[in-house]
Amino acid sequence: MWKGFPDKSGLYNPENEHDSCGIGFVAHIKGQKSGEIIRRGLEVLLNMSHRGAESADNTTGDGAGITIQIPHRFLVSKGISLPDPGEYGTGIIFFPPDKEERKAIEQWFYRIAEEENLAISAFRDVPVNSSVLGEIARRSEPVIRQVFITGDYEQDELERKLYIFRKRIENEVRNSGLRQSSYFYVNSLSTRTLVYKGLFTPVQLRDYYPDLSDPAMESAIALIHSRFSTNTFPTWDLAQPFRYLSHNGEINTIKGNRLWMKAREALLQSQLFGKDLEKLFPVIEPGKSDSASLDNVFEFLVMTGRTMPHAITMLVPESFNDKNPIPNSLKAYYEYHSMIMEPWDGPASLVFTDGRYVGGTLDRNGLRPSRYVITEDDLIVMGSEVGVQKFPAEKIREKGRLRPGKILLVDTKLGIIIPDTEIKGQLSRQNPYGNWLKENRLELEKIEVKQRIPSTLDQYETYLRVFGYTKDDLDMVFKPMAMEGKEPVGSMGNDTPPAVLSKKPQRLFSYFKQHFAQVTNPPIDPIREGLVMSLTNYIGALQSNLLEETPAMCKLIRFQSPIIINTDLGKIKNLQREEFSNVTINMVFDARGGGKALKEALDRICHEAEQAVDNKINYLILSDRAVDEDHAPIPSLLAVSTLHHYLISVKKRMQIGFIVETAEAREVMHFALLLGYGASVINPYMAFAVLDDMCKKGEIPLDYKTARQNYIKAIDNGLLKIMSKMGISTLRSYHGSQIFEAIGLSNEIVEKYFNGTPSNIGGIGLEEIAEEASIPHREAFSKRPVKDLYPKTVGIYHWRKDGEFHGWNPETIALLQWATKTNNYEKFKEFSNLVNSQNREPNFLRGLLNYRKNPIPLEEVEPEDSIMKRFVTGAMSYGSISKEAHEALARAMNSIGGRSNTGEGGEDAERFKPLPDGSLIRSAIKQVASGRFGVTTNYLVNADEIQIKMAQGAKPGEGGQLPGYKVDKIIARLRHSTPGITLISPPPHHDIYSIEDLAQLIFDLKCVNPTAKISVKLVSEHGVGTVAAGVAKARADLITISGNEGGTGASPVSSIKHAGLPIELGISEAHQTLVKNNLRGRVRLQTDGQLKTGLDVVLMGILGAEEFGFATAALVTLGCILMRKCHLNTCPVGVATQNPELRKRFIGRSDYVVNYFRFLAREVREIMAEMGIRKFDDLVGRTELLEQRTDVDHWKARTVDLSRILHKPQEAEKFPLHQVTHQIHPIDDILDRELIKLAGKALKSREKVWISKPINNTDRAVGAMLSGEVARHYGELGLPDNTINARFYGSAGQSFGAFLAGGISFTLEGDANDYLGKGLSGGRIIVVPPAGSKFVPEENIIIGNTVLYGATSGELYVRGIAGERFAVRNSGAFAVVEGVGDHGCEYMTGGRVVVLGSTGRNFAAGMSGGIAYVLNRNGNFEYFCNKGLVELTPLEDRTDILEVQMLLNNHLLYTGSRVAETILSNWDEYLPMFVKVIPMEYKKVLEEQKLEALRKKLEATEDSPQYHY
Amino acid sequence: MGNPKGFLEVKRKEGGNRPISERILDFSEVEQTLDEEDRRLQASRCMDCGVPFCQWGCPVMNNMPEWQDAIYRGDWQKAIDILQSTNNFPEFTGRVCPAPCEKACTLNIHKEPVTIRENEAATAERAFERGLIKPQPPAFRTGKKVAVIGSGPAGLACADLLNKAGHHVTLFEKDDEVGGLLRFGIPDFKLAKNVIDRRVQLMIEEGLVIRTSVHVGKDISAEELVNEFDAICLAIGAMQPRDLPVEGRDLKGIYFAMDYLTQQNKVVRGDRIAEKDRILATGKHVLVIGGGDTGSDCVGTANRQKAKSVTQIEILPKPPEERTPDNPWPYWANVLKVSSSHEEGCERFWSLSTKRFIGKNGNVTGAEVVEVAWEKDANGKMAMKELPGTERIIPADLVLLSLGFLHPVQEGLLKDLELKLSERGNVHVSKNHQTSRAKIFAAGDAVNGATLVVRAIASGRKAAEDIDRYLKSL
Repeated sequence: MWKGFPDKSGLYNPENEHDSCGIGFVAHIKGQKSGEIIRRGLEVLLNMSHRGAESADNTTGDGAGITIQIPHRFLVSKGISLPDPGEYGTGIIFFPPDKEERKAIEQWFYRIAEEENLAISAFRDVPVNSSVLGEIARRSEPVIRQVFITGDYEQDELERKLYIFRKRIENEVRNSGLRQSSYFYVNSLSTRTLVYKGLFTPVQLRDYYPDLSDPAMESAIALIHSRFSTNTFPTWDLAQPFRYLSHNGEINTIKGNRLWMKAREALLQSQLFGKDLEKLFPVIEPGKSDSASLDNVFEFLVMTGRTMPHAITMLVPESFNDKNPIPNSLKAYYEYHSMIMEPWDGPASLVFTDGRYVGGTLDRNGLRPSRYVITEDDLIVMGSEVGVQKFPAEKIREKGRLRPGKILLVDTKLGIIIPDTEIKGQLSRQNPYGNWLKENRLELEKIEVKQRIPSTLDQYETYLRVFGYTKDDLDMVFKPMAMEGKEPVGSMGNDTPPAVLSKKPQRLFSYFKQHFAQVTNPPIDPIREGLVMSLTNYIGALQSNLLEETPAMCKLIRFQSPIIINTDLGKIKNLQREEFSNVTINMVFDARGGGKALKEALDRICHEAEQAVDNKINYLILSDRAVDEDHAPIPSLLAVSTLHHYLISVKKRMQIGFIVETAEAREVMHFALLLGYGASVINPYMAFAVLDDMCKKGEIPLDYKTARQNYIKAIDNGLLKIMSKMGISTLRSYHGSQIFEAIGLSNEIVEKYFNGTPSNIGGIGLEEIAEEASIPHREAFSKRPVKDLYPKTVGIYHWRKDGEFHGWNPETIALLQWATKTNNYEKFKEFSNLVNSQNREPNFLRGLLNYRKNPIPLEEVEPEDSIMKRFVTGAMSYGSISKEAHEALARAMNSIGGRSNTGEGGEDAERFKPLPDGSLIRSAIKQVASGRFGVTTNYLVNADEIQIKMAQGAKPGEGGQLPGYKVDKIIARLRHSTPGITLISPPPHHDIYSIEDLAQLIFDLKCVNPTAKISVKLVSEHGVGTVAAGVAKARADLITISGNEGGTGASPVSSIKHAGLPIELGISEAHQTLVKNNLRGRVRLQTDGQLKTGLDVVLMGILGAEEFGFATAALVTLGCILMRKCHLNTCPVGVATQNPELRKRFIGRSDYVVNYFRFLAREVREIMAEMGIRKFDDLVGRTELLEQRTDVDHWKARTVDLSRILHKPQEAEKFPLHQVTHQIHPIDDILDRELIKLAGKALKSREKVWISKPINNTDRAVGAMLSGEVARHYGELGLPDNTINARFYGSAGQSFGAFLAGGISFTLEGDANDYLGKGLSGGRIIVVPPAGSKFVPEENIIIGNTVLYGATSGELYVRGIAGERFAVRNSGAFAVVEGVGDHGCEYMTGGRVVVLGSTGRNFAAGMSGGIAYVLNRNGNFEYFCNKGLVELTPLEDRTDILEVQMLLNNHLLYTGSRVAETILSNWDEYLPMFVKVIPMEYKKVLEEQKLEALRKKLEATEDSPQYHY
Repeated sequence: MGNPKGFLEVKRKEGGNRPISERILDFSEVEQTLDEEDRRLQASRCMDCGVPFCQWGCPVMNNMPEWQDAIYRGDWQKAIDILQSTNNFPEFTGRVCPAPCEKACTLNIHKEPVTIRENEAATAERAFERGLIKPQPPAFRTGKKVAVIGSGPAGLACADLLNKAGHHVTLFEKDDEVGGLLRFGIPDFKLAKNVIDRRVQLMIEEGLVIRTSVHVGKDISAEELVNEFDAICLAIGAMQPRDLPVEGRDLKGIYFAMDYLTQQNKVVRGDRIAEKDRILATGKHVLVIGGGDTGSDCVGTANRQKAKSVTQIEILPKPPEERTPDNPWPYWANVLKVSSSHEEGCERFWSLSTKRFIGKNGNVTGAEVVEVAWEKDANGKMAMKELPGTERIIPADLVLLSLGFLHPVQEGLLKDLELKLSERGNVHVSKNHQTSRAKIFAAGDAVNGATLVVRAIASGRKAAEDIDRYLKSL
C-alpha cells in the first residue's frame, strides 16, 4: 500500500513539504466559450514545464491541473442527461482503488445527498490514460469518477448546498477509518467550475484526461497550475488548482493562520447557512498544504457571502502604512479587516475563478512574477512568465504585469476588465470603515495618562537574581541597545552548548530556535523594504463573528509596538470602559513544589482564564510581579503558550487577548517567542528597571527616557528582523504563528504546552523546568551575610573561567596552535582528546554518541591524501579576513587537494594564474551570495565549484553590510564598487524566491561554467531535509548543511545564539530525507559548524556527510584567538582586518593549515581502522555504527534522546547512502550551443560575427554559456566591442543575456522574462518591441523583474517598461529604460540608470553608489523614492548632462525610442524634469576623488622638470 | 571595553623602578607607579578578548577585561569591587605576583601585554587611598566556628571568605604577627609590611579573631581545636627547606635563605637581634645557591647590607631569553628572568652543581662547583651529568641556600592529627580540600608544595568554599 507522504519517521516530517510553481490563466474577456481557451491553457502550462519538477523516477511530475467552466455541451454530448446549466453541480472525485471502499463511499454520497435534499443524478467514469503516468504517480493513482448532483434550488443556493455536501462527505470519509480513505478527494463540486488535476507533469495532464482534448470541450476560462515540490512524495490531491484558486508561493504564517481559524469557528454565525454552518467545520481540511488551507478559507469567505476580491483582500491584504500611495478610505478598509483577520503572510501569486470572474493578485511584496497579455480579439493570458502564448505583434493590445498587492479582475459576463482602483474603491465604500475606526478604535498613545507608574522596583536586586539577570545581559544586551537603538553585534559564531546540555541554569526561552526562510521562500529586508512591514497589533473586544461587519468589531486598542511601558500598562488596567475589562493572573508557582506545583499553577492559570472568558472579560494580564520568597516565576513563555493552546482547545481563544507583564523578557528573542506563542502586548518591567538603574549609575550615559526609547526601538527592529527572516511582514500574522522549534524539550511538554512545535531530541520535562526556574529563585532568597558582587558575568558571549562552556577556550585554542605550528601530532592528539572529552561532558550532541569498534590494521584504510580531499575551508571573504589569511587558506587547500572558498566578495583575477613556483592561490570554490559582489563571468569560469549561499550559520535569513570604512581600494576593485562606500547584501537572493528560481540559477551557473560543480549552502533547521530534497531536484551537485554554531561573520547576537540548529540534526535530517527520496545518490553532502577533530569528522560522516568544512579551526591555526571583535576591524592578530598595521601582526602560515588537515586525516584514518572501515564512503550514513551513550548522568542531558538522529530510513536498503552518480544537467541542447558554433570565428580569432535566431520563453539563460567561452579565452575584459552581434525574435526565457561578456551585443525583438542581464559582465543588451506592434512601448511592460541583478559592467537599452527591482545590486552597468516597477535601483552600488518614465514605490532603497536619472514627468517622484541613502537634485552639472544626453542618444540609436527622440529634440523643455538620484555617501566620495585628481594635477605641474631650472 | 583601538594607540608603559643607586640604600619598595592618567591609558589597552587568556592564566580567575574597563572609565570603586570579588588581596599580588596573566595576555603574542599586575596594584592603592575599601562585617552569624591555622596568603584568604560567610573564624599564627611568608619571607623592598597591616586591620574590623604567637601543636593541642571548632583549615605552608647535604655543610656562614630573609624583615620592623645571631652580608662575598625568587630576594637583601660581592648559581641550565617553540604563548614562559635585585649587582651562573663547601677555622670560605650538562635519558627525562675537569671554587664567606622547600613541617601538628600525607609529603586532600579527617581541611602550600602567593590565595579561597559547603551540610 503506498499513498502520499510517508509518515513521520526519523527527522523527516511531512509538515515541512514546500512547493512553488507556475500558474496562470487564459480567458476570453467577453465570455466566449471555446476549445481554444482550454488548448491555450494547456499550452501555457507546457511552456512553463521548467518551473515544475520531476521526481527521482524522472517521469512523475509534482502535479498539474486546470480549472474550466462546466463544459455543458461536452457533458451532454457524452450522453449524460442533465438539466440546464446552473441547475446541477458536478465534480471530479478521486476514489480509493479498493472497490469495496469506493462502493461504500458512493453509498454515503447517496445518503448525504438525500439528507441535504439533493439528488445524485449520475456517476461517470472519467476516461483516463494511465500509461502516461510516471511510476510514482501510478503507484498512488486513484479511481477517477465524475459525480452529477441536482437539487431544487436556485443556483447560488445550490452552490452552497454542494459546499455543505462536499464538506460532509469529506469529514465522513476522513473519519471513516477506511483503509484507503486518504485516496478520497473531491477536486471540485460546483455548478460553475470543473477541476481536472493529478500527479502529472504538464504534458501528462493533457494526455491523461482525453476529455480535455475532446472537440466538444469548451470554456471561456482556463486556470492552470504546475507544481514544483521539495520532495518526491507529492500527492494527487495536492495538485492545484483547488476549488477556487491556484497559488504560487508559500504561506509562512500558516501554523498561526490555521490555529486562529480553528479558534474562530466557535464564534461564527451565518445568515446564509444558519444551522448548517456547523457542517462546514473544520473549515480547513486537516493534513493538506498551505495553499489548500488558504483555498479552504477563501472558499468559506466567498460561500458565506463575501465577494472574491473582498475575500482575497482580507486574506492577502496589500501594505497600507504611510509609505503606500493608496487612498485613506482604502487604508481604513484594510485596517478594519486587519482586526478581524490576520494576513496570510508570505510570497504569493494567486489566480482565482468562480466561473464568471477570473482574476489574480500578488502579495504585498510582489515576490512572484505575474505577466499578462491582452489581445485585440479579447483574449487575456496571464502567467508566471511572458511568452507562454504567442500572438502576432499586431494582435497585442496591452502587455502588463500584476503589481504588489494589486488585483486584476475579469468579468466574463459583462465582458470587462475591472481595474484595481475600481475594485478597491468599491470595497472601501461598502461600509464607513473610517468612521467606524474613529468612533471605536482607541490608540494607545492617545489614551489619557492618569497616573505614572515608575520604572524602579523596590526589591530590584532580588528580582535581578530571581530572573537570572547576568552581567552579560547588562553589558552585551542592554547597554548596546540603550546606547544605539540597535541590537548588539558579535562575531565568530556560537560555541556554547545547547540549553539542555548547559551546566548553567537557562531561561526556557533558550530551548527554542528561530526558523528562517531558505530557498523555498525569500526573507525580506525589513530596513530597506520597510514599506511592507508593520508591528501594529490590537487588543480588546475580540469576540467577533468573522462573517459580519459591524462597528463594534473595532472596539480595540491599537498598539504601534508590542512593547509597552509601565505607565501604558497602567492606562490599560485602569480603562473604565466597556469592552476593555481585564483581569490579572499571576504567573508564579510554589517555589518548593517542583514540577507538581508548576503543573498545578498552569492548570490554575487555564482555569482562571477560562473563567475570565466566561465572565466576558476582554483581556488578561499575565504577570510575574508577584514573586516572593515562596513563589517562583513560571517561565513566561510556558504560561503564555499553555494558556494559548488551552483556550484554543476549548474554543475560547478569540474572545480574549493576552498582555504579558514580565520581568523575564529582556532580549529580542524573548519577545519574539512570547508573541509567536500568543502574547499580544508585553510590558517588560524589569528591563525598564535595569535601564533606569544603569542610567542612574552612569553605566549608560543617557537619560533614562532616551535609553528606554532606544531599547524599545532596538527590540522593535529586532522583531521586524526575526519576522522578516521568515518572510513575514506583519506582527498581526506573526502573532501566534509559532515559527520556532524546540531543542531539548520532552515530547510530552511540547505536545501539551507547545503543540505543533517541532522538537526532535526529546529533553526536559516539567520537573526540570521547575527546577531550572527554582535555582535562581533559591539563590535570590538565600541569605547573604555580606553583599556580593551581582550581577556577574557568566560567559554567555565571551569565555569566562568557571562560566558557560565554550568549545573554543584557551586550552583548545592554545593546543591547536601549538600542534599545528610545530607540526607535532602528539600535541594534536592532546588537542583532540581534550576537545572530544569536553564534547562528551556533554557539551555538544555528538558527545552523546559512541561508535562501535571492530579493529583492522591501519594499512588497510584508505590513505590520508584521499581523506584530505574531503576537507574544505569556510566561506570567508577577502574583506572579512585579510589578504594574508585568505591566500594562506587557498594555498593550503590547493596543496592538499581540498578546496577553499572565496566567500562573498570576488577574487583578484591575478590569483587565477599559478605562481612561478607552481603553487596556486585561487579559491577553488567561488561563492555566489545575495550581494553578487564581484561575481563576473571570469570569476565564475575560474571555479571548480560554484557555491550558492542561501544562508549562513551565523545569521541565517539575514543580509549583511560591509561598512564603508572597511572598503579599501582593493576590496572595492574586487567587488566592483567604490572605496569608502558601504556595501549591503540583501537578505534574499533577488533571483531566488522559490525552489524553481534556485533551479534557474543553478542552470544559469552551469551554463556559464559547465565544468564546475554547483553547490548550495543551507543552514540546519527543522525542515532542512525537504529543502535539501528540493535543492537536489533543482539539480545541485553538492549541498552544504551548516550548523548554527559555526560561522565567523559579524552578526546580531540574537541570531548567533537563537537561529538554526546544531549540525547533528541538520545533516541527519538532510541525509535521511534524501535517502528516503532516492535523491541521496546524486548529490554530495557537506557539513560544517564547530568541527574540530577527526572524531567529529567520522561522526558527521556516519550521520550522512561526505565532505567537511572548517572555518574557525582553520583560522585558529593561522593565529585567530577568538577575539570576537571581527566587526570592529581591530583584530590584533591580523586575521580579520584590513588595517595595514594590524595585518603586520599576522603570524600564520599556510603550512600550519596543511598540518592541521593532515592531522585530521590521520586521526580519521585511525578511527576508521578502529571501526573496521576501509573506505570513508563505507561509513557515510551508516548510523548503525553509532549508539547513544547510556552513562550520562547530568540531570538535563540524560533526558536527551537521539534516536531520530540515528534513525536509518527503510529506504536505505534499496537506495544509495552516499553519492554514486552525477546530476543530469539539461544544458546539452540549449540555444547557446548553436550560438557558440556560430560565433566560432569570434571566439577563435576575434573576427566579427552576426547571428539571427528566433527565441522562446523556454530558451533560458541565453548568452551565458557563450559568455563563459568568451571569458575562458579572453578573461575579464572579453572581446572588443560588438564582436559577436546576435538578434533574437520572440519572447526570451528567464535570464536572457545573463553574465553577458564584453564584446557581445544582443538585440531582442519581442519581450523578456525575469533576470534579464543578470550578472552582466561587459556585454550589451537591447530590447525592443517586435516590428508591427501597435501598443505604445513606453506604456507596456517588455522585460520582467530583477533585471541587471549584480551586473558589473555593460549596457542595457529597453524600449518599454521593466518590472520590479530593476538594476538591483547593479554595480557598474549603464541602462536606459522607459519605466520601472517597485524597488528600482535597490542596493545599487555603481553604474548609471536612466528612467524615462514613472517608477514604482521604494526607488533607490539601499542604494549606496551609482547614479540614477529619472524623468519626473508627473512631479511626484519624491514620494516614490526611498530617500534613506540618496539625495535628489536637479540635473545641472555639465558632465551629468552630457552623460544623460549620450545615453539617450544611444537609446534612440539602438531602439528607435520615440520617448528618447522627443526628449532630445525638446531638450530645454525636458531638462528641468530630470531628477538626479545620487547616494550621499557616493557623492562625497566622488567629490573627494575629483579633488584628489585636481590635487594630483596641480602637483604634477609643480613638479614638472621644465619649471625647475 | 572603553577603547577598542587602545592597544594600537597606547604603548605598554611600566612604572619602572627607583634608580639603583638610590634604592639600594634602603628597604623601601623598589617599584614606582604611574600617574592616574597613564594608568587609565594602560588599562585602555585591554581588548576585552572574546577568550580572555589572562583570566585563564590567573589562578584566582581575576576578571581582567572587566576591571581594566572600569579603570579606563575611572570607576575605581567598580574596579576594586570586581577585583576583590575574585581576589581578597590585590594589593599583595599586585606587588609580588609574577603575573601569569600577562604571559597569557593576547597582546603578549606580540610581546606587549597589558600591565595587568601594575594595574592591579594601582587599583588597590587607589581604592585604599580614596577610602573605597571599607570593612564589611557580615550582617549575621551562622554560629559555626572555624579555626584557620597559619596566616600566610592561603590562611588569610580562607579566613577572610569564611568570616564573610558569617562563620566565627579564629586565625592561629605561631609567629608574633600574621602574614606568614608575606611578612617574613618577602623583603620590604618588594612588599612593604604596612600593606599587610592595613589589610589585617580591615579583617579584624570585620570580626575575624586573630591569635598570634599560638603554635598549634605546641601551645595548644590539635585535638583541643578539633573539639572546639566545627571545622579546621590547615594553611601551614611548606616550611621544610631543601638542604644541600654535601661536604662542609656544617661550616659556619651557611644559612637557609629563609632564616636570612626573616631576620632582615624583623630588623626592618624594628626588632633587635643579638649580635651573635645576626646574619649579615656586609663586607662579605655572598654566594646564593638556587636561582629562584627566594634566591633573588637574598641577592637584593645582601646588596642592601653592602656585600662585597654577590654571586648566584643555579644547577639548571640558563633559560632562553625568548620563548622556544615548545613553550608557546599563552603558557607560562620559561625564560630568563632578571629581577630588580639582579639589576642591583650580582653575578649569575647556571648549570653549576655544588660539590662541597670549603672552610677555614670552621668558617666557610668558598664552594667547589662543577659544570653539569642536562640531557634526556632513555625515558625522556632530563638527567644531569657532571662535566669532568670543570671544577672550580667560588670564594664565599656567606652562603645562602635557597633550593626551595620540600613539604610542610610534618613533626608536631600533622603527626598529632595523624593525617594522611601525599607521596611528596604534603597534606593529602580530596577534591574538596578535605583531609583524611572529616572536619579538617587544608589549603595552600601545605597541600600543593611551595608555589606562588596567588596560587596560595586561590587555594585558600577554594578551601573556604568547600568548608562553607561542609558547614552548611552539617
